[in-house]
This record gives sequence, structure tokens and C-alpha cells, in this order.
Amino acid sequence: MAFKLNVNGQTRTVDVPGDMPLLWVLRDVLDLKGTKYGCGVGQCAACTVHLNGKAIYACLTPVSSVGTQAVTTLEGLSADGTHPVQIAWQDIDVPQCGYCQAGQMMSAAALLAKTPKPTDKDIDAAMNRNLCRCGTYVRIRKAVHKAAELTTSASARTVQTASKE
Amino acid sequence: MKTQLNRRSFLKVSAAAGGGVLLSFEAPELLAQGRGGAPAPPPQVSAFITVAPNNIVTIVSKNPEVGQGVRNMLPMMIADELDVDWKNVRLEQADFDDTKYVGQSAGGSTATPNNWNPMRQVGAAGRAMFVSAAAKSWNVPASELTTSSGKVLHASSNKSITYGELAPKLVGMPTPDFSTLKLKDPSEYKIIGTSHQAYDLHQIVLGKPIFGIDVTTPGMLYAVFEKCGVFGGKVVSSNIEDIKKMPGIKQAFVIERPPVTDPVIPRDPGLENGIAILGETWWHAQSARKKLVVKWEEGPRATDSSTAHAAKAAEMIAGTPQRSLRNDGDAEGALKSAAKVVEATYSYPHIAHAPLEPQNCTAIFKDGKVELWTNSQTPGGGRQLVADTLGITTKDVKVHMVRGGGGFGRRLTNDYMVEAAYIAKQAGVPVKLLWSREDDMTHDYYRPGGWQHLQAGVDANGKIVAWKNHFVSFGVGDTFAQSAAMGPTEFPQRFVPNYSLQASVQPLGIRTGALRAPSSNAFAFVIQSFIDELAHAAGKDPVAFRLELLDSAIPQPAPPAGGGGRGGFAPPGLNPDRMKSVVKLVAERSGWGKTTLPKGSALGIGFHFSHQGYFAEVAQVKVDAANKVRIEKVWVVGDVGSQIINPSGAENLSQGAVVDGISEMFSQEITVEKGRVVQTNYDKHGMVRLAQTPPEIDIHYLKSTFSPTGIGEPALPPILPAVANAIFSATGKRVRSLPFSKSGFTLA
Repeated sequence: MAFKLNVNGQTRTVDVPGDMPLLWVLRDVLDLKGTKYGCGVGQCAACTVHLNGKAIYACLTPVSSVGTQAVTTLEGLSADGTHPVQIAWQDIDVPQCGYCQAGQMMSAAALLAKTPKPTDKDIDAAMNRNLCRCGTYVRIRKAVHKAAELTTSASARTVQTASKE
Repeated sequence: MKTQLNRRSFLKVSAAAGGGVLLSFEAPELLAQGRGGAPAPPPQVSAFITVAPNNIVTIVSKNPEVGQGVRNMLPMMIADELDVDWKNVRLEQADFDDTKYVGQSAGGSTATPNNWNPMRQVGAAGRAMFVSAAAKSWNVPASELTTSSGKVLHASSNKSITYGELAPKLVGMPTPDFSTLKLKDPSEYKIIGTSHQAYDLHQIVLGKPIFGIDVTTPGMLYAVFEKCGVFGGKVVSSNIEDIKKMPGIKQAFVIERPPVTDPVIPRDPGLENGIAILGETWWHAQSARKKLVVKWEEGPRATDSSTAHAAKAAEMIAGTPQRSLRNDGDAEGALKSAAKVVEATYSYPHIAHAPLEPQNCTAIFKDGKVELWTNSQTPGGGRQLVADTLGITTKDVKVHMVRGGGGFGRRLTNDYMVEAAYIAKQAGVPVKLLWSREDDMTHDYYRPGGWQHLQAGVDANGKIVAWKNHFVSFGVGDTFAQSAAMGPTEFPQRFVPNYSLQASVQPLGIRTGALRAPSSNAFAFVIQSFIDELAHAAGKDPVAFRLELLDSAIPQPAPPAGGGGRGGFAPPGLNPDRMKSVVKLVAERSGWGKTTLPKGSALGIGFHFSHQGYFAEVAQVKVDAANKVRIEKVWVVGDVGSQIINPSGAENLSQGAVVDGISEMFSQEITVEKGRVVQTNYDKHGMVRLAQTPPEIDIHYLKSTFSPTGIGEPALPPILPAVANAIFSATGKRVRSLPFSKSGFTLA
């Protein structure tokens, strides 16, 4: 069955069974390998992507339910690693194996879009779905705060520049 | 990752065309490593370094990367002694190649101790060759030359030349004798000892296809492999013909293998019976598999049951031990005359590795040869297993080493690798085999569970005079199941005058194997909890009691080589002075005995020596009325020798070890019923989540004068008893069985 998807700002047409989870459409059909498979049952959140800006489990989302909603994957945060979350993850040197980090970063990016200055409690709530088998949580928490700083200082700069003009 | 682009060939060709040179070193010491002390084979050539005309240096990472940071660490050793700037270094992952490299495996925290000298020597040899080439070219003595940032300098004439410019002059130059090389004084290090981000970090944040699961190759099909839930079960009949007709399914076939009849399941028993299904996408193959109906002949292991194992263990503890592993002095007699005797039974379950990236391997079989992409921790062992199973020679098995999404010991065995190779051969097309999480959880090599019945006596001065352990484990006769042994030098042997270790075993039908800090991950919980019980019985402070124990070392002859039964990673003996230093420092850093905590909060301590590393850890816990445990802070002090190679990675690894240990302690248990593993996914075999993680995990490395050793494993074991002892201090409740969730203690 053919589906027209909006993935990272591009229209992509795929011919797949309607019950195929978005995860496998992204990975095996569209060759976007950033999104990871970990459990298939919504326990680890390694497959987290954004659907209209909301963090969802791609492993539990049938492609037929996506429709025209905007799908954003890690590849769509930025192509050159300049999204504040990507910068913070590098500055803090968060990963060990790195496998869960796509999902972690997507959860963090969704949190920051809604809550630009999250407290530890906000971070606990938003990031608690994402498992890290290597146990990099202390750094993940630090990196979310760092990304928040980068986001607010970047928007402060934008405002300044705008007021000068 | 696309296999069409062969990065290695690309580099070689471009380097040659651009006038660069590949440096080859004869490294006899390197080749002698890990060969059990056998005489070194004739020197062979090991290639590690390429210098391009623009002075960009490419260094080969030879070991498998599964998150332990080795991809950076070994090249950092080379680069520092070569005296180049890290920003000009590019890393290239080696394929498995035992004609060039030694020790291409990830296990036992061995990468640092085994490579510390050879890798620095490779770098120093390179530097010496550039100096020698410059000396010849300028006609000055080499002693007048220095190096810095990839350049050779002559101070008196103010001349300098880059390694890239000198490189062509190195062709044909003999390699310096490694014994003549002068290695840097640690004060001269510019790269070693400085934090360097993971080399793949940028690729990770961009979501680039760098993991095993991301490998694709033209024309490949996705494979799943259905095995019997009972190890060794055989297919009797199935609806495979219906499966072949399902949408997107290209092939399906039964694999029949001879049964594994060994009484104790071998370390890596290899390919099992089952049904392979190949589809256009993994989803097609996995969906078809869900419709598969198989009648299995389950075989003799189908009666295995954890409930029955526990009952049998209780019977064994009440009875006479099957055999004796050690008897120092007279433990029975000393128990009778002790002032106080403490007796307790501890237990711990089987647990799974469950690395987040499920097992997978990509294979192409063509013209009698197989090419594999794997994140195995033992690619050499995998290559041998594949060759033996396919009936070809290891020469005809090419192994590419791909980044692994976690290892923890699961990828020391190569079942998924031999499955991919065999299925690709049978199918006649390239194959990517991917296990589901359920496959992984139910077909692991589990950390074996066990029971320990302990009796110990303290004298009137509060000193331990007798220690007796009846170790109840799995195995048959004199053979323990894999990673289910206890060695005759297990702590506190050598520190207690009357020490007795007895053992009993019962058979086990599931596979077992090494999990991060094998045996130590369970034994530290038992031994350090029981030592705490003795400290309280003796009326002594747990830290002071431990220091006194470490002061009681009894001089003994060196333990026999290879003893210790730690899955082949037998450590040399514990040095009490090193352990005392970390215990004292962690007590100091945590404010032990100096801080007053509110009611319901307390500190606990544990230490453990494993994989040549000395670690002591203190946990501060808060326990509420409902037995919800909040671990508020953890202090870790480790002595792994004179040098931390990459501080950022070293801190990360130890923080992770603490989190991993807490997961094992509170949430993990694998049980068996009717020969099948009951837990199938993370909902039944969980791990710590961010909100449960201690907000602060303070890591400190105490630098000693000893040669550097590894971190990945020894940082884990002490956290379990540290938390257990803290819970006791906070509540007066002593929990002697893992996981704690079964006793009502859960993580807040």
C-alpha cells in the first residue's frame, strides 16, 4: 500500500503494509538508520521520533496512522550537528556505546521545544521513558540543562540582533 | 554504513597517490601478548600509522568498540608517543586480522594492561624513525633533535620539518629495537591523561549508520531465526510452506544440527536448530514468523525449573558439600571456640546482558568464502566458529569489526555470527540477521545464579578467626557451568587464618557466561554484605573493621597461575595496601563517621578487587516507610594504576558501572520454567531509569605507582554491597537475596 509521508521536511512515498511500524519504514525503506530498534514494545524509547513535534515511539506507530503529520528523526534535527541538543551532547561527551542516544536526544529536543528552561523534575518526567543500558544518565541530565542554556542564549542573541536592526 | 565503500582501500590508494607512506612496524612484544607465554613467533609486520603529506596522521584502532571507549584510548597511547597533535589524528577501525594485530577482543578489562606498553612503543618507534630520517637528511646527530606536534626540530640551526614531509624517507628503514626506545615521562604527556571525546561522537549525534544493525549490502535480505525456547530443541514439523507464501517473504528453511550432548553446555556451543525466514524488510520476516507454528522435540532440558533449582539448593545447603575447594587451618574448630558466630545464606539469580542493540550480523557467502560485519567482542573466536561450522578455513572468513551498541560480555559468544554466516550460505544471497529483543532475552548466556551458605566467627577482640562458605552453584561433577565457579583464593582467603570453601553443584539446562565483572558482580554483594554483618556482630565501625581485616594478611606462597576461576580472567593476588588506600579515601570523601544524616538515611560501604582494579564505594540512601529506596549520592574511589588514559571516558564508565550495578540489584532476575526463560523483554527484566539515578556519582581515581589497568569491570561490584549495607544501616533490615524488589525494597 502506498503512503505519502512528510519526513524531515521532505515528501517521501513508500509502498509498505499499513501495519508496518514507522520505525521499520524509516530504517529499512527510507534508509534513515539514526532511529534505533531496542525492544519493540515501548519500553526503551530508542526509537523515539517526533510526530508534529511530540515525542513518540516509532516502534508502536503503524505507518497507516501517520498521515500528513510531520515526522522528524535525529537526522532532521540538523544535518551538521548544530541543534542545541546535538551541541550539548557533544560538549558533555554523553555517550558510551551511543545506541540509545538518538532516542534520548529526540526526547530532549521535544522537551526543550515545549519547556525551554526545564527543572530536574521536568527532565525526570520527560526523559524517564528512555533507557540507557550503559548508564549515562548523569551526563544526559547535564546535557539537557546545557542544551537549555544554549537555546535560551541563542534566542537572546537573536533578540539582541533584531533590536539592533 | 554501506559496504560498497571500502574505506581501507580508499585510504591506502589515496595515501600512495598523494606521496604519503604507510609505516609498518615489527612488534615482537605485541605478537607475544596473549599467547600464554609461548615463545614469540617470528616477527611479523603490524601496521598502525599512516602519515599523509599534509601531516594528517591516520591511526588504526585495533580492538572492538562496544562503548568502553577503546577506539580512542589505544590510538591516544600511540599518538602521544609519536608526538603528534590529536586534532591532526584520524582513526580507522581495523578489520580482524591476526597477521597484523594481537588481542583484538573486548573482555576482562584487558585492553589497557595488555596494550599500555606495546601501543606506546609503536608510537615511540615511529617518532624515533622520523628523528632518524631528519638526522640523516640534515647530517646532524639525532641527539640534537627534538619533536613537537608532528615535526622534527633542530634548535641550534632553527630548522624544522613535518613528519609528512619526512615520510617518504622512512620507506625501507629498519624498525628500531623496541628495547632501545625511550618512552615519555608522564609529565611530558600531551594526549594521555587529557579528556578526549569519543571519536564517533559527531557521527552518533548526527544519527549516522555506524552500528552493526545499520550495515546494509546490495541485494541483501533480512533474516529472522526461530529457535526452540528450550536450548537444543529440534524442529519436528511446522507450517513453513504457508510461511513461504506470505507477503514479502523470499525464503524459509529449517536448519538441523547435531545435539549438544555435553553434560555442561560449552562456552560457545554454536549454531542451533531452528527455522530461518528471509524477507524484503525485517518487518516482513518478523511478521511472518509470528504466524509460524512449530512442533518442537524439546529434549532433556525441558524439565529445568528455577523453583526446583531453589528447592534442590536448599537441600544441598542442609546437607554435606559435594567437594572441598580449599581448607586453610581448621574452620570448624575455630567456629566452635569463637566469641561470636554469624551464619547466613545469600542468593542471587540468573540475569541477562540485554545490550540495547539486539544481536545482529550481516553476511555475504560467495565462492566458498564468507564476509561478515559484526560487533562481536571476540571476532577471532567468531571467525573460528564460522569456519568450523561452514567447513571452510579461517582464511576464507573475512571479519569486519563494527561499533556495537553495548557488550557487557554478551558479544563474547558468537551464536548470532554463525547463524548469519550459515543462513547466508544456505540462502545464496547476502543476509542481515537481526534478533528481536525477545530472542535476545530468551537466548542469552546468563550470569549464573547461586547460593552461598556462610558461617564466620569473630574472637573477643572482634577479629575474624573463621570463615566457612558452602558455595552452591551449577555444573556437573567437578565441572562448573560457564562463569559459575568460585576460585580457591576468593576474598577473604589469606586474611582469615581458618578458611574453608566447599562446593555443591546441580545441572542447568540454559546457557551461562560472563557478564560484566563475571562472578565478582554477585560475589562482592555476598562477601561485603556478610563482612558488614560481622562488623556489626563485633560492634565495630564497618570501615575500621574492613581496614583491620586488610591488615591481617597472612604471608602465603603465590597463588597458582591461572587459578581463580573468573572466566579466564584470573587476577594476581590482592595487594592489601592498595585496597586500604581506596577504602580510606572513599571514607574521607564521603564524610564517613563525620556527617549526621536524618533518620531513614544512612551510608554503606563495599570494596572489591577484580580485573586488577581496586574499588571502594560508599552509597548514601534514604529509605521511606514503604521501603522505597532513594540513592542520594555515591562516592567511588578506584586505583587502576599510575595513569588514567582518557579521564572523560573513565568517569563515564565508572558512573555507568554504578548505574548498572543498581539495575542488577533492584530489578533483574531471569527464571526458567519447563526449560524456557520466562522473562522476554525489558518490562520483566528492567533497568534503572533517569529519575532513579543518583543525582551525584562522584568518581575519583587514586593514582598509584603501578602500571595502568582497566576500568570497565572492577568499578561495578562494590556498589551492590555499598547500597545493601546502607539500607541495613538505615532500616536495620538485612536483605540477603537479589533482586531486592523481591524483598519489597524498590527504587524511588
